[in-house]
This record gives sequence, structure tokens and C-alpha cells, in this order.
Amino acid sequence: MSEGLYSMEAKNYDKTLDLKKVKPYGDTMNDGKVQLSFTLPVPAGAEAIEAAKQLIKKMGFENPLVVFSEELTPGFTFFNCYGSLTHTVNYADIYVPKVESKVMSMEATDKFIEDNIGRPLVLVGASTGTDAHTVGIDAIMNMKGYAGHYGLERYRMIEAHNLGSQVPNEDFLAKAIELKADALLVSQTVTQKDIHIQNLTNLIELMDAEGLRDKMIVVCGGPRISHELAKELGYDAGFGMNTYADDVASFVVEEFVKRNNK
Amino acid sequence: MQSKLGLDFKKVEHAKGLAEKIAIEVQSFVERYTTVATERTICRALGIDGVDSNNVPLPNVVVDFLKDKGVLGQGVMFYIANAMIKTGLQPQQIAEKIAEGSYDITKDVSTTDKELLLKILRPVIDSTIDRIRSHRQKREKYVAEYGEDRARPYIYVIVATGNIYEDVVQAQAAARQGADIIAVIRTTGQSLLDYVPYGATTEGFGGTFATQENFRIMREALDQVGEELHHYIRLCNYCSGLCMPEIAIMGALEGLDVMLNDALYGILFRDINMQRTLIDQYFSRVINGFAGVIINTGEDNYLTTADAIEAAHTVLASDLINEQLALFAGLPEEQMGLGHAFEMDPMHKNGFLYELAQAQMTREIFPKAPLKYMPPTKFMTGNIFRGHIQDALFNMIGIWTHQGIQLLGMPTEAIHTPFMSDRFLSIENARYIFNNMHDIGEEVEFKEGGIIKNRAKEVLDNAIVLLEEMTQEGLFNTLEQGKFGDVKRPKNGGKGLDGVVERGANYMNPFIDLMKGRK
Repeated sequence: MSEGLYSMEAKNYDKTLDLKKVKPYGDTMNDGKVQLSFTLPVPAGAEAIEAAKQLIKKMGFENPLVVFSEELTPGFTFFNCYGSLTHTVNYADIYVPKVESKVMSMEATDKFIEDNIGRPLVLVGASTGTDAHTVGIDAIMNMKGYAGHYGLERYRMIEAHNLGSQVPNEDFLAKAIELKADALLVSQTVTQKDIHIQNLTNLIELMDAEGLRDKMIVVCGGPRISHELAKELGYDAGFGMNTYADDVASFVVEEFVKRNNK
Repeated sequence: MQSKLGLDFKKVEHAKGLAEKIAIEVQSFVERYTTVATERTICRALGIDGVDSNNVPLPNVVVDFLKDKGVLGQGVMFYIANAMIKTGLQPQQIAEKIAEGSYDITKDVSTTDKELLLKILRPVIDSTIDRIRSHRQKREKYVAEYGEDRARPYIYVIVATGNIYEDVVQAQAAARQGADIIAVIRTTGQSLLDYVPYGATTEGFGGTFATQENFRIMREALDQVGEELHHYIRLCNYCSGLCMPEIAIMGALEGLDVMLNDALYGILFRDINMQRTLIDQYFSRVINGFAGVIINTGEDNYLTTADAIEAAHTVLASDLINEQLALFAGLPEEQMGLGHAFEMDPMHKNGFLYELAQAQMTREIFPKAPLKYMPPTKFMTGNIFRGHIQDALFNMIGIWTHQGIQLLGMPTEAIHTPFMSDRFLSIENARYIFNNMHDIGEEVEFKEGGIIKNRAKEVLDNAIVLLEEMTQEGLFNTLEQGKFGDVKRPKNGGKGLDGVVERGANYMNPFIDLMKGRK
């Protein structure tokens, strides 16, 4: 196996980093090494391995290596492979919209609210639609928080209401009005068949129809949510993997002050 | 039994006594009521199936009719038996007549003599009982013929494509890779439907609808692959939510083997009304007990909202209550897949030792139960490589402490429902560890005064404190205060309370007597 593994051949390519032409890194600059695994709906054998190699080449790889293959069940073969990617990207020209807020600690956020707003902010959160997962909204809101980041319920100057899971958008808005919410936090974990997109869009449409959209800050979060997607759907911000209560709280309080100072 | 942890079994006995007290209170409440779901279950047990012209299941048609008339408290059996006497029709034909809108079943009551009513129902009841029993016997015959290694946990994997026919492909692949139990995950939101959809389905979100036809299709596929492999493949579904007992009877009629069946889970994590679901749970467990179905309880989920180290004793306390509630429903210990989980923060120093203590403790406190052991989910980060190792540690504890059912973790947890290859890697991981460490539990002893023994003792002591409080407060108040999973639920809140009615003078459900504690 692995004809490249102990290869002594000279590496005939430019080994200096060029941010205009970035490619994957294995152990040498610009070696382009990528590992892939996938399943093909064909029986195991030499033909299957050849099919995998051809596919890898079509993806833009050189030197495709199939290092492991096994038939998972008759007619389906699993592969672990390596290859050297020929494509590059221009890293230097990339622009990604991001949540433009300075992340503050819980104490700093509380003080910021005291100094700049003078009353507790009301944040209402839920996992909406048919989504039964509370893990995301709980990580942000529960007192205990997640991974060492305290949740919003612990903030002295935030009145946090966690409505739990499977909250219909209509009920969510009704409750937000009743509680005089300053900001809404929507969590979406299930993303099969883009159900989260429909549901997130539906909330904004409802808010527009009720004339509520400008009255509240609305953010969404979940493992498949990016800030860019959130903005596209009409939200003020989106929070994906590895974001915590302090990211959300900092954005909301800064955005609140920004809007009310206009 | 000698405790490897030095557990004081007098304390365990005390804890079980406390849990029994709590369960008695629930049981005396439950036996005074019925629900729309319980009555629909009786309809199904009387052979009523199919849908009307608007796709409303006939059990719903019958039960809603009686509910609208305000007489559901008398129970469907009373009216159906009377209608059979009057019309000479079978329950299915009676239901069809109601669906056509031409028939008022409440006008055909001629007797309140329960013996007479039971006599006319008897052939239908017997045929349902026989059908359930024959599935049980078929399972027992397969298991006796093929044999099983019960020194290791059952390997449990999920399929969740949304399309029952695609699920079959995935399930048969998993069986060939070494799975013992296939769970067909339900579509998001099904637990909140107050009816069970009808027929084979090919669309679902994050899972596949539980329908009786889907059960039948999958059972047949697993029997087929089981015969090929000489290995009985168990089928699991989810008998929780608003249709809890209905799913139980449908599973019993189609030969399912394992059911998630836990009112506490529905209350805490689906916001189902506690009165409704505890009443529903009783009949569902009677059915599951009779059908030889292993129930799984959902305590593992507490640790996804509460902290696994701080809240470990709440899992044990809930397991103890669930055990007593199951015993009241005649469900034998050998069918109690009480749930717990490997869910501590992987960055916690000596976390593995705490997990080991918890798993061994649970094993010793419920020696006969096929404990359901859940993999890490909360701390799966998208780093599939670390996730695979977390699952390996979890598998080590599973074989070490003889867990009953190992719900295999997938490296891609929190990313997508499993690919065929994810399942392959996870099953390979489990089989490797279960074989390579097969007898470690018999070889290794725990240090006196060490972390593991102390931890087990601490968790048991804390569980006893909580149970003592609960015997004062009762289960309902405890749930209102948020003692489990850090989730608070009001007694009259949540979904489904309007489906609860008090049983009337003519109420009858002979299935309970015929099934409870029997085979």
C-alpha cells in the first residue's frame, strides 16, 4: 500500500507559502495532502478501488491512494484514501461577514448594561418549530452554561427566559411580547432537509407581518448556523459551533446600545 | 451478591423501599383515570385499524366521537361491546360505521353487565392476545436456536433516513456488521402527534414515522437478515409521547423487541403533561411486559441538560422510581432497560473512573436489568476523531460493567444522522473492545477507599437523600420543582391534559388483567 508513504522522490514543487495560492498541508508546504473517506454503492474489489481512484482524480487530486477498503454490506464499499490536491484558493482576498462585537466577560457585560442601559435586558430564547433539541439553547441560557462559559440566566443584568423546545413560532412571539423582550434567541439543531431554514424564515415573516422586526434584536444559533446564513435570512446575527453565552450576550448588548443611540 | 464496589445493600434496599412509596402514590392516581391514547389502544387491541376518508385513523374517530359526547370515561369497550350485541357487527365494522357519520354508538347501550359484555368481546380479545403471544414465542424460538452472548452488551444502532425502505437497507447492513438491535428513530415531532399515522411512509425529518406498517416491513427485513446470519436481530421503536400505549400495542402486534418507554422523559424533554403520560405509561408497560418487550428508560437525557457529575444521583433516583412503576405494571426486571449515560465532560480529570463507578453501581443495584447505556452526545464536538475515542472509552465501560444494551456512539454524532460507514466504524469499535476486553470485569478489583468506591457510595447516598425528600413531596411536586434534568414542569401544564378523563362506573379494560405479569 501507500506508495507515497516512504517515498524518497524529490518534491518538485515550490515549498514557500503563498496566501494567494493556498492548498492543504500534510507535512510539507504545498504538498496538497488530503484524507478522504466515502462509500460507493458497488461491491468490493479491484474495480471498486479503481472507481474510487478515478473519482478522487475527478475531484482534483493527484496521486490518489486507496489505503483501506471494505464491503460494508453486499454492494456498498467503504474507502479511506489520500491524494494531493491540485486546486488552490486565494486566501488573501477572502471576506467573511462576522459578528462585529467585542466579546466581553459576564461581569463586563453586566457592567456595560448598567452603565449604558440602566435596566436589565429581557432575552427570550427557545428551540422553535418541531425541533426537540434543547442542548443548544440550554448551553447558552442555563445558569450553568457550557464549557466554562456561564449561561445567560446567571447574568445579573439579563432577565433570561428559556421557553424550551418545540415552541411554535406564533407562541414564541406571543410570549416575547408578553415578556417585553428586547432580544430573541432562536436555536435550531435539526437541519435535515433544511427544515431549519424554513422555520427560521417563517419567524422573520411573522415578525414582519406583525411589525415587530425592528422592535427586537433577533439572533439564531445552532451547529449548522453561520453569521452569513443568519444575515441572509433576516437575522441580526448567527452563532455557530464553538460560540457561547458571552458571544451572544456581548453582541446583543452592544447592538442594543448601538440602535438606541442612533 | 458480593459488591465489587463495597456497596451497602441494606442502603439499596432502603432506596428501593422509598422509590416504592413514591410509585404507590403515582399508581393509585393512575388507576382512577383513562386517556384518549389508552382508549385508542383498546380500539387497536380490538382489531380497529385503518383511516377514514380524511386520513384520520379509525381509533381516533371512535375515541373522539365518545369524547365529544362526554362519555369517554365509560371507556370504548363498554360502547363497542354493546354495539356488537345490538348490531352483530365486529369492532372494525362498527368503527367504519361511526366514520361514515351515520351511527351514534352511544344510543345502542342495552346492558351494563360486565360479564355479558366481556363474553361478546372475548373472541376478539383472544385473537389479539394470541397474536402477541405468537410473536413472543417466535422470538424465543429464534434466540434459543441461534444463541446469544449475554456477557457482553447488545450492540444497538439507529437508522434514521425518513424512508422505511431506505431504513431497511441501512438496518440489514448494520445487522451484517454485527448489530444486535436496530432502532428506527422517529421523525422529529411525532411524539407530539395525538394520533399514529397509517401505512408505509417515505418522508420524515431526522427519522421515520412509527406506523404499524413500517413496523411490519422492518420486522420482516430483520427476520430475513437474521436467518441469513443465524442471529436474532431485535427491533426497537419509541413508545413515548402522546401515543405511548398505542405504539406499545402496535409493536406487540408486529413483534417488536425493545421500546423506549418513559413518561418522565416525555414530561421533561417533550413537555407532555405529567398526568396524561403517567396514565398512558401504565397500560403501555402492561402491554410491553406481556409482549416480552424490553423497555428503555430515558434517564440518560437528564445529563444532557444537567451536569453529569453533580446530577448523577438524580439518574439513579429516577431509575429506582422507574423500576417500581414497571413492577406495578407487571413488567419483569429482565425486561427493564433502565437508562443511564456516559456523559461527563471528557476534560474532567479521572472522569473515566467516575463513569466506571456510576456504571458498576447501576449494574449492582439492578442486577437483572438489561441496562441501557447511552454514549457521549453532549460533548461530541464535530471532531470525529476524538469522538471515536470517547466512544471507545464508553465501550470499555460497557463491557467492563456488563451493561445490557450499548447504544453505540457514532463519531459523527452532532453532525448528521449516521451514514452507513459511520455505523460500520462504530460497530467495529464496539466489537473490537467487547472481544478484546471481554472478561476484564472479572479480573480487576477496585481499591479500598479509592476514587471509584467512594464515588459509588456518594452517589447512592445522595440518591437516598433525594428519594427521602420525594416521599414527602410526591413525584408530581418534585417534577414541578425541577429536580430532574434541571427542567421544571407544572402538573397541569404541557401537552395532552385535555385527553385525560376519570373512569366511570362502566369502565372496563380486561386487557390489563389478561396481560399484566403474564406471558
